[in-house]
Amino acid sequence: MSSENLIEINGLNFSYDTRAILKGIDMTMKRGQVVAIMGGSGSGKTTLLRLIGGVMQPSSGYVKFANQVVHELDRDALFKLRRKMGMLFQFGALFTDLSVFDNVAFQMREHTNLPESMIRDLVLMKLNAVGLRGAHHLMPNELSGGMARRVALARSIALDPMLIMYDEPFTGLDPISLSVIGNLIRRLTDALGMTSIVVTHDVQESLKIVDYVYFIADGVIAAEGTPKEVRASVAPFVHQFVHGEEDGPVPFHYPAQPYRKDLNLENDLA
Amino acid sequence: MPKRIVSNIRNIGHRTIESVWRLGIASRFFLLVLLKSGTSFRRFNLVIRELYFTGVLSLIIIVVSGLFVGMVLGLQGYETLQKYGSESAVGTLVALSLVRELGPVVAALLFASRAGSAITAEIGLMKATEQLAAMGMMAVDPVARVVAPRFWAGVISMPLLAAIFSVMGVYGGYLVTVVFIGVDEGSYWSQMQSAVDFRIDILNGFIKSCFFGVAVTAIAVFEGYDAPPTAEGVSGATTRTVVTSSLVILGLDFILTAFMFRGVS
Repeated sequence: MSSENLIEINGLNFSYDTRAILKGIDMTMKRGQVVAIMGGSGSGKTTLLRLIGGVMQPSSGYVKFANQVVHELDRDALFKLRRKMGMLFQFGALFTDLSVFDNVAFQMREHTNLPESMIRDLVLMKLNAVGLRGAHHLMPNELSGGMARRVALARSIALDPMLIMYDEPFTGLDPISLSVIGNLIRRLTDALGMTSIVVTHDVQESLKIVDYVYFIADGVIAAEGTPKEVRASVAPFVHQFVHGEEDGPVPFHYPAQPYRKDLNLENDLA
Repeated sequence: MPKRIVSNIRNIGHRTIESVWRLGIASRFFLLVLLKSGTSFRRFNLVIRELYFTGVLSLIIIVVSGLFVGMVLGLQGYETLQKYGSESAVGTLVALSLVRELGPVVAALLFASRAGSAITAEIGLMKATEQLAAMGMMAVDPVARVVAPRFWAGVISMPLLAAIFSVMGVYGGYLVTVVFIGVDEGSYWSQMQSAVDFRIDILNGFIKSCFFGVAVTAIAVFEGYDAPPTAEGVSGATTRTVVTSSLVILGLDFILTAFMFRGVS
């Protein structure tokens, strides 16, 4: 059973100084799945990705990637592990001093001794997969937001990773680019047999492409399930989130003293 | 009132501790850069690329400034020396001032504001746009791949730029005193040749510029890497690079001069 699970997260806690960000997270992600992690801003979603990537150390609990406990690895083993992971950052994080081609070729040149002719073929194949073979000569500042993210996607699949993590891949995209990215995530995951973790708050787009959803609120898993279960859920938090309601378990108002008191109306009544 | 005094004292203490703390972090970062410099030498083309940005692109400001500083030195030196009838020594004055002091110091100040600020801004922006984090996630160490090549490029280009600055200055002095004013060309060069010593003057000037190169680039890469990943953070870091390196250059220059030229006629 466990060989089927690429990632196992068990009792994961993380805090900055004394502020607890994640409190006892348990998750499993199977090979070949697209899993969405949803939650409001500041709920600890990105932190979770960083813990999986070994950028941060958990306070307690563990993340297991391909049967290895990530935070127990030394630096060399961690870097070796990261070659099996790809990460797509929110705005692509392309290297601005390199062309599209060189961005995609970056990891191949850093980690392999492949001849330049083979790198060229591989890069064009990766770019073709995201539909940007014709843009290989452009510089990142010549790309639109959606194109930059597709190039970053091509870059993150450069070495055929087992896992790709997407940090809010849908933010700030027009509807066409948005569905292009969404479909690419699904297609590439299936074609390459990888696992994808999508951190997002774009409910409608992600429910179309994912196999399983986790909702995180206040550092705990508030709800989980398949897209079908999530749509049908009557749990107040999930309902509020999926339907984008203004008030509910997540309050509209930041905690404050009573309104009347703030406006100095209490004394007037007397 | 006493409350304010107490809080002021507390502030001073806080800032002092903060500065010492930061100095410690900077020193550790400097050691880390040295430790991770292997890649820069194994793949020297990474350094060569940065040499173009820090060295070659700084040439124009160095050449022009060197020329003008030399011209001013020649003019001022001539005005003073001719009062004592020793205007033929103007070549010596120009050369010694440049090679010992002005060459390394002014070139380093210009280098800090031209190349140092650019290094800080570039690394800071790479951090702000998550390029460094992305590199780390690709199992490539950003200190080895981004920081160290920039550091070594700065260290290599600084002495070369200082030398070019001095050469241009000597030529600027020649232009003003010999070509325009009419000081004897033979005495300009020969007095210079007999007064400037290779070990005491030129080598010491070279050593100075090496120190400045290390100091300026180390400050620049640290400020960039340490910059808060926001627009304000990067602009603040860039300013700090120029201010800190300028102060460090002048302070270091005093210390080095005290060691190098004490008792030298």
